[in-house]
Amino acid sequence: MITPRHVAPVAAPHAAGANSVARVMLWVAAALLPATLFGFWLYGWPALHLWWITTASAILGEALCLRLRRQPVRASLRDASALLTGWLLALSLPPWAPWWIGVVGGLFATVIGKQVFGGLGQNLFNPAMVARVMLLISFPVPMTLWTAPIPLLSANAPGFVDGLRITFGTLPAALDAMSSATLFGYARSELSRGVDLLQSLAATQAPPLSLVGERAGSMGETASLLLAAGGLLLLGLRLITWHIPFAMLATLALLASLMHGSDPARYLSAGTHLLSGGAMLGAFFIATDYVTSPNTSLGQFIFGAGVGFLTYVIRTWGGYPEGVAFAVLLMNALTPVIDRYVKPRIYGRDRHGRPLEIES
Amino acid sequence: MGILEKILGRHPHWGVHPDDHKRPAADAPLRSLPLPEVLRVPLQQHVGSPARPVVLVGERVLKGDLIAEPNGNISAPVHAPTSGRISAIGEITAPHPSGLPQLAITITADGADTWCERQPVADPLALAPEEISRRTAAAGVVGLGGATFPAAVKFNLGRRLRVGTLIVNGGECEPYLSADDRIMRDRATEVVDGLRIVMHAIGAREALVGIEDNKPQAITAMRAAAAAFGHVQVRVVPARYPMGSDKQLIQTLTGKEVPADARAAEVGVLVHNVSTCAAVHRALRHGEPLVERIVTLNGGALTRPGNVLAPIGTPVVDLLRFAGIRERPARLILGGPMMGIVLPHARVPIVKGASGVLAFDAAEARTPAAGPCIRCGSCTRACPMGLLPLEMASRIDADDLDGAAGLALSDCIGCGCCTYVCPSHIPLVQYFSYAKGELSTRERNRLREAATRRLAEERAARLQREAREKAVAAARRKAERAATKAAAGAGVPPLRERVVVTPTSETAT
Ligand code: SF4
Ligand code: SF4
Repeated sequence: MITPRHVAPVAAPHAAGANSVARVMLWVAAALLPATLFGFWLYGWPALHLWWITTASAILGEALCLRLRRQPVRASLRDASALLTGWLLALSLPPWAPWWIGVVGGLFATVIGKQVFGGLGQNLFNPAMVARVMLLISFPVPMTLWTAPIPLLSANAPGFVDGLRITFGTLPAALDAMSSATLFGYARSELSRGVDLLQSLAATQAPPLSLVGERAGSMGETASLLLAAGGLLLLGLRLITWHIPFAMLATLALLASLMHGSDPARYLSAGTHLLSGGAMLGAFFIATDYVTSPNTSLGQFIFGAGVGFLTYVIRTWGGYPEGVAFAVLLMNALTPVIDRYVKPRIYGRDRHGRPLEIES
Repeated sequence: MGILEKILGRHPHWGVHPDDHKRPAADAPLRSLPLPEVLRVPLQQHVGSPARPVVLVGERVLKGDLIAEPNGNISAPVHAPTSGRISAIGEITAPHPSGLPQLAITITADGADTWCERQPVADPLALAPEEISRRTAAAGVVGLGGATFPAAVKFNLGRRLRVGTLIVNGGECEPYLSADDRIMRDRATEVVDGLRIVMHAIGAREALVGIEDNKPQAITAMRAAAAAFGHVQVRVVPARYPMGSDKQLIQTLTGKEVPADARAAEVGVLVHNVSTCAAVHRALRHGEPLVERIVTLNGGALTRPGNVLAPIGTPVVDLLRFAGIRERPARLILGGPMMGIVLPHARVPIVKGASGVLAFDAAEARTPAAGPCIRCGSCTRACPMGLLPLEMASRIDADDLDGAAGLALSDCIGCGCCTYVCPSHIPLVQYFSYAKGELSTRERNRLREAATRRLAEERAARLQREAREKAVAAARRKAERAATKAAAGAGVPPLRERVVVTPTSETAT
C-alpha cells in the first residue's frame, strides 16, 4: 500500500491529523530514554557502546535493504522505526555483551525480522524479539553472561576507553570479574540444585530485588519503574491503549500469586515476576508493537493475556529462565488468527454482522 | 473522570476531534451578498431525478417563480432566485461529485429582485399534515445539511411509519463551517417555528435539538426560542466529528441504533437539519420557495471569512470576491473539509446543499505523502461505524472487492475519520469511494446483463414457438388436404383427430 492505485488526485478529507509514523516512533523512543539513561549509568560505558552499535547496525540493515529494494532510503529511514527496533533489541541484551552480538542482532532484526517480510508494516513477528531469540539460541554463552551493576563514576567502573575495550573483547578479564546472575537465573539454578526458594533467596549471594533496578540484567529489565513510567506516558499520549499492558501484567501477576500462594518454596512471587526480566519492557514497549499485535481492543486484551500466560509458563517450566521474548513471538504468530475472529461490532449490526432487529 | 477517561477511553468512543477553524468566521455577523448579475441554477440540486425546465430562453421570471418542475417521485422543483430574464438553458460545470456537466438554467438578473405572488399561511399548524408536505415539496425544500434529500418525501415517510421523535440536527460537526451555527444564533425563532411545523407534518410527539457544545451562543438562542414549547428540547452533545451524521446523532440523543438494513424512521425517529427547518418556516409562513441560503466562506485564502446570505446559483467567484481574496486559493472546496468536494474552478454556482465554500491556502491544502500501513489500528478506533478500514483497504488494494464488501464496506458513511487519523496518511476513503463505485457499476452491469439475457431467451423461445406452430399448422393443412381428397374419393369425413397437435412450450432449451 505504498503507492495507492485507486486514488483521485485530491479528494476528501481535506484535513489530516497531526499524527505521523515518525511522531509515534520518536515518542516511543522518548519514553524509553529515562530507562536507557539509567541503564547507561548503571552498567557504564560498555552498555552505551553496545547500544549505539546495535541501533546503528539495525539502521544500516534497513538502509541496505531499502537500497536493494530500490526504495527511497532517506525518506523511509526518517520514520525512525529501524532506530526503535535496534534500541529495543539493545535494551534486551546483556549490557556488556561483545560488539558482534550487537552487530549481528541489529542487522538480523531489520534484515530478516522486517525487510524480508516486505518492510514496515509487513512483518509477522516483532523484529527485535526475533533477533534476541536468534542470538540466545545461537550464542547462549555471551547472551547469558550478565554483569553486576557498577555505576558510572563509581570507583572501579571502566572508563570510556576501557568500556570500548570491554565491548570489543580486548579486556575479557573485566567481564569475568563482574559477572553475576540474574534473579531468575539464580533462582532456577539453585532450584535445580535442590535448594528451595525460601533458602536460596535468603542467602547473602542472592541478587536483590531492587525497585530501582540495581541488579544484574539487561538494561531494559532492571529499570522497571522507569519503563513503567515511560509506558504511562505512551498511554497518556494515546499512542498505545491499556489493553495489552494491563492484560499481560495482570495475567502474569495473577498466575504468579496463585502459584506462589500454593507453594512459596517453589514459585517466585508476583512482585518478582513483574519487576524482573522483560515484563515491563515487554508489556509497554514490545507486546504493544502495532504491526505484530491485533487491531481491536478485545483482540489486544486476548493477546496481552496470552503473552502474560506464556511468559509465566516459560519462566517457570520452560528451558530458559526468561520468557517474554518467546511469549511475544508465539502470540505474534496468533495475531492473524485473533484479528480474523475478533472484530468490532458494526453500528446497526450484531456481532456476527447481521442487521439488528427493529425494535417496536 | 479526567485522567481515567483519558487512559481508559473517551466518550463517544468513535470519531475524531479536528481543529474546528470555525472562528472568527462563525462570530462575524451575517452579511447579505449584493445581487449577482448572472445566476446559474442547476436542475439537479437534490437526491433523485433532475427537475424538468418549464421556462423558455428569453422568458421573464420573477423571484420565486417555478422554473423547473419535479420529475418523478423523488425529485424537487427549482425556482428563480431573483427576477430577470432566462438567458440560457444548457450544460454547465456544476458542483456534483460525479464531475459531469449538469443541466442548468441561467438567469440574467434585472436588479429589481421582485418577488412573485406569494401565498403565506397564517397558521400552518392548523393545516392538514398532507398539506404541509405538499407546500414544502412545492417550495423545493431539500435537506440543507448536505444530504439534499427532498424534505417532503421524508415527512410522508415519517407520517406513514408513525415517527414519534423528530431529531433536529444542529451538530454541524464539519470544521470551518458555521452556517447552521449562524442560523441558530440569528434566526432561532424561525428554526423553532419550522421544526414545530415539521413535527406537525410527521405527527411527532417530541423534538430533540442536538447542538455541539462548541456553539454556546446557538445553544442559548435556541433554548430561549424553544422555552415556550415543552415538547421541544435542546440537548447539548459533545463536539466530535461526525456528530452531525444522522446515525451518530440518533445514537447519542436517543441511545437507539438504526439497523444496518433499515431507515431511521423505522426505529421511530426522523432527522432534519436546523436550516431545513428554517426553510420550512419560510415556505409555509411566508410562502417563499427555497431560493437562497446561508453559506460559510472560510479558509486561509480569504481576508474576511464569514457567513453570507446568497441566492442559489451564485457563482463561487462572486462569493470569494465578496469575502476578499488574500491569495490565489490552492484548493476550492464545496462543503466541509472532511467530506466536501473539490471544485474544478470558481465559476461553478452554489446549490441548495452548499453549506460552505472553502478557499484553502497552500498550507491548508498540503496533502502529506502516503506511507505504508503500520497496523496501528487508529483507523479502526476512529471509525464511527465500527468498521475495519485497514482490512477493507488492503482487500481493495488486492482487487478483492467482494472481500471488502464482506467487511460491510456498504456501511461506510464516507466520513473520512479513518484517513484523518492515519499516521501514514493513507487515503483510505478514496479506496472506499472507488470500491463502492466499482461495486455498484458491477451490480448495474449484472442486472443489465441479466435483463439482456432474459430478453434474448424470451426472443429465442418465441421464435422457436412460432416455428413449431407454423410446422404444426402446415402439417394440419396437409392432413386436411389429404383427408378431403380421400373423402372426395371414399365419402369419409376428414379425420381431424388423427392430427396430433403438439402443445407449445414456453421453456426454451
Ligand atoms: S490508521 Fe493508517 S497506518 Fe494505522 S492501521 Fe489504519 S491504515 Fe494502517
Ligand atoms: S471506514 Fe468509512 S465510516 Fe469508517 S471512518 Fe472511514 S470513511 Fe468513516
